[in-house]
Amino acid sequence: MATKASRAAARMMISPSVILLLGWMIIPLSLTIYFSFLRYNLITPTGNPFVGWENYYWFVTDPSFKAAMINTLLLVGGILLITTIGGVIFALLLDLPMFGQGVIRIMVIAPFFVMPTVSALVWKNMFMNPVNGIFGRLATGMGFEPVDFFGQIPLLSIIFIVSWQWLPFATLILFTAMQSLDQEQLEAAEMDGASWRNRFWFIILPHLARAITVVILIETIFLLSIFAEILVTTNGGPGTATTNLTYLIYVSSLLQFDVGMGSAGGVIAIILANIVAIFLMRMIGKNLDA
Amino acid sequence: MGRIQLEQVSKSFGELQVIPPLDLEIEDGEFVVFVGPSGCGKSTLLRLIAGLEDVTSGQVLIDGTDATDIPPAKRGLAMVFQSYALYPHMSVRKNIAFPLRMAGMDEAERDRRVQNAADVLNLTDYLDRKPAQLSGGQRQRVAIGRAIVREPAAFLFDEPLSNLDAALRVGMRIEISELHQRLGTTMIYVTHDQVEAMTMADKIVVLQSGVIEQVGSPLELYRRPQNRFVAGFIGSPKMNFVSGEAAKPYAAESIGVRPEHLQISSAEGAWKGVIGVSEHLGSDTFFHVLETGLAESITIRADGEVALNRGDTVYLTPEPDKIHRFDARGRRIE
Ligand SMILES: Nc1ncnc2c1ncn2[C@@H]1O[C@H](COP(=O)(O)OP(=O)(O)OP(=O)(O)O)[C@@H](O)[C@H]1O
Ligand SMILES: [Mg+2]
Repeated sequence: MATKASRAAARMMISPSVILLLGWMIIPLSLTIYFSFLRYNLITPTGNPFVGWENYYWFVTDPSFKAAMINTLLLVGGILLITTIGGVIFALLLDLPMFGQGVIRIMVIAPFFVMPTVSALVWKNMFMNPVNGIFGRLATGMGFEPVDFFGQIPLLSIIFIVSWQWLPFATLILFTAMQSLDQEQLEAAEMDGASWRNRFWFIILPHLARAITVVILIETIFLLSIFAEILVTTNGGPGTATTNLTYLIYVSSLLQFDVGMGSAGGVIAIILANIVAIFLMRMIGKNLDA
Repeated sequence: MGRIQLEQVSKSFGELQVIPPLDLEIEDGEFVVFVGPSGCGKSTLLRLIAGLEDVTSGQVLIDGTDATDIPPAKRGLAMVFQSYALYPHMSVRKNIAFPLRMAGMDEAERDRRVQNAADVLNLTDYLDRKPAQLSGGQRQRVAIGRAIVREPAAFLFDEPLSNLDAALRVGMRIEISELHQRLGTTMIYVTHDQVEAMTMADKIVVLQSGVIEQVGSPLELYRRPQNRFVAGFIGSPKMNFVSGEAAKPYAAESIGVRPEHLQISSAEGAWKGVIGVSEHLGSDTFFHVLETGLAESITIRADGEVALNRGDTVYLTPEPDKIHRFDARGRRIE
């Protein structure tokens, strides 16, 4: 089918969808870039003069930018750490023969189906509220001072909530990988004198390496833009303690009505995301080839 | 040393008894082949010896000591799996060195042993490749290499050649036999191929549904099969069985004659029939003789030069001293 004519026909037939997709991406992107060079504030309608890099300058030098960068890194890193390690542990546990296996497996996946806003609200009001939450009640019941999660450890609390949402995803992918491990390999390692720890380290973990990189890649892409969980729990606070880049952009453009500044932040976020993506692709490309 | 004894060993998976209690002795240095049809429990028996499966009852003794509760790694046995079970992310060198590394051996000694094994198995050029970059035969040799570096008391092979093509299989068969002669270590070898069993074994164990039907040297099994199952399983092409009227003169419920122990003639003989399919191998020809009234078809082996065609009427005569007689329960009558 790879004749010249068929290739030309193929190109012509996929062109509408390619053009549509490209337009879909290019138009908002160019508008964002365009706005980022304008003084464009909805509160002070003084026309929209071209101001060059000014928006970028103010966005980057704002102290909350540095805080947002660090928070973004901590969020993504922390959640990746918890979900991959937790995912491996859950995958190992789910692989064990046990009673009610099918039901347990479905239950483990369940949190993934809960909407981010809903799960964040449930955690905030039913679990982590110092007065009415279960954790607070438990602490008071045992005579301890209840922890005010979103006041004292806000970032950690959000990391915990988002990890809870993403753990099932990591578990699912890793568990599938786990099941494709040849049992004879494990038996051979057992005959070769490998203890359980060595079998995990030398056989299971290398086998899971590929799945782990896939989990990291996909999660990173989504975790760079965590928003709903922050909005419904802490609103980025206290102060800027839980403001990540996405939230900072939201604050500038929709709370301070500064469209130019928000767009500049958006462009920076796009560049950062691409750097991360290239970096990850390299890493994963290496891992997938092997 | 590698003397292995099974005493009243049985195995059940839940309700299903796969291996009823059985006894078996394997002497040090012996090449023992477990042979039997698919699903008869050969692999299970091997895994019981290896310790990968717990016995339901009975004892496994290795060199006279009870090994029933000893974990697989401590039994001093090495196993070669049907799928080879190489570690895909490790090079050939690391694969072979893995058991030594697990035993905490120092690196110099490890390298020396890996090098030795590679020399023996012609793997020197492939040491830095990954298993995926090897052919089936090479992978097989790596799996064997991983087993021999440990200098085990006995080797366990589970159908190691079944994934190889016919020519390679013959070659590896000879290599494994040579390895056995050189090392002099006990080997237990599982196969469902009776040719492998006949050519390699010092002692064959024929299994059916988990029951040992007969234990003996290849020629013993060929000459004096204890029952109809063994008689039919050992030897190729299969032994012909005749029952009813034709067996009466021999005072047996049924008799068996191997294809190579039948004389064929176009003039006269004991049994009359018509040639059906003939298989020409060059040196020999196998004729399937129909319409004898004794069995659906009787196979006979004739010299490659014998010229007979489909539809020809022929007469068959069994060699009188090569007839095997069986009673109503299929057991041999002396
Ligand atoms: N883990 C298990 N659970 C339940 N039944 C099993 C299990 N392993 C094996 N069996 C059963 O035990 C019987 C013997 O199996 P085994 O693998 O030993 O056969 P085999 O002689 O090695 O056959 P093959 O030549 O096909 O490899 C089979 O009927 C099989 O279904
Ligand atoms: Mg088997």
